[in-house]
Amino acid sequence: MAKSNLSYLTNPIVDDNPVTLQMLGICSALAVTTSLSTALTMSIALIGVLTASSGTISLIRNHIPTSIRLVIQITIIASLVIVADQFLKAFAYEMSLRLSVFVGLIVTNCLVLARAESFAMHNRVIPSLFDALGNGLGYSLILLLVATVRELLGAGSLFGMPVLPLTSDGGWFEPLGFMLLAPSAFFIIGLLIWAIRSRRHNQVEVNEFPLILPYQDKPHD
Amino acid sequence: MIDLFFRSVFEENLALSFFLGICTFLAVSKRVETALGLGIAMIIVQSITVPVNHLIFQGLLMEGAWAWAGLPKADLGFLKLISFIGFIAAIVQILEMLLDRYVPTLHRSLGIFLPLITVNCAILGASLFMVERRYDLSESMVYGLGSGVGWALAIVTFAAIRERLRYADTPEGLRGLGLAFIVTGIMSMGFSAFIGIRLP
Repeated sequence: MAKSNLSYLTNPIVDDNPVTLQMLGICSALAVTTSLSTALTMSIALIGVLTASSGTISLIRNHIPTSIRLVIQITIIASLVIVADQFLKAFAYEMSLRLSVFVGLIVTNCLVLARAESFAMHNRVIPSLFDALGNGLGYSLILLLVATVRELLGAGSLFGMPVLPLTSDGGWFEPLGFMLLAPSAFFIIGLLIWAIRSRRHNQVEVNEFPLILPYQDKPHD
Repeated sequence: MIDLFFRSVFEENLALSFFLGICTFLAVSKRVETALGLGIAMIIVQSITVPVNHLIFQGLLMEGAWAWAGLPKADLGFLKLISFIGFIAAIVQILEMLLDRYVPTLHRSLGIFLPLITVNCAILGASLFMVERRYDLSESMVYGLGSGVGWALAIVTFAAIRERLRYADTPEGLRGLGLAFIVTGIMSMGFSAFIGIRLP
């Protein structure tokens, strides 16, 4: 049991990563990756909400009628997000201003709902908690990687601390303004997926060239 | 007004510059027809929900909204998330029933996309932006329509590009999702070229 719990925790980090393989939860998060500190706050908020919601839903999974389960799940998630949002406003007001609407958008983050629907509804509390934590960590890993690249190349700093000396301060590094714009995040994730898939060939998608293969529409969001 | 419309379509495109609704954007863009169906559903839902949510926020949740009941200091703003998502779900449900009753052909062609839209971050995102930027009623109508049109435009063009890309001989690891991200990035650059365009 302990071993399988551990695999729930570690699998989603690289092998079954929610962002690069399952294509979940990209929506609300990329906009906060212009600096490491916002990405870190967002990650912590998401891990908290994800773990708490998976735990709660798994705890009451036998009492949820299937016909209204989505409504119940959304309500639980939304309440937890409100708590996280108020918490941020109370203890880190500056940060909550910089994150603007994106903490609220955790409600519609497909990752949270997908873990609730596909895992927590069918499993006991402890595995659900581990699964949620693992997925949250996998998601945070991508978020932090993207944020590191963007902040380092876009502003020459990490966590707001200057790392590369800027030309405006007499150093040699000319910041790439492009890294602070939206398109760069798409490129970084695209390249990241390429890197992961060239190491792990089992994740490569089948070639659709014959075009007869029925494709699977997975409507998440 | 027209300025706001074009700004929400191009410059502040929800999908390409705020990353909202990207999950659906990537998942439902393998064919132009399905993308078009989703885009139309999105325009309809978006242009209804943003003004309605505006009315809800002004009438029930904002600080001072309960002044007539003797509670001038009641600020229910923290409830906006849960009430917005509730009303979005309700509106989508009503719309689905209405379409099924009166325009069954459209209902059939939109298919599963209507219920899917409930949990699309772009809808909730637009409502939250509307609150944060303090749009008034007419502005929020324009903003709802504009952001819906912008999202639809983005997904239809993206689906068209992807249809062609299926024939391309791409590197193995890049096939599918990786390339989709990079194409989205290039499109996003294209859309950001509209920044700063103002009507005379």
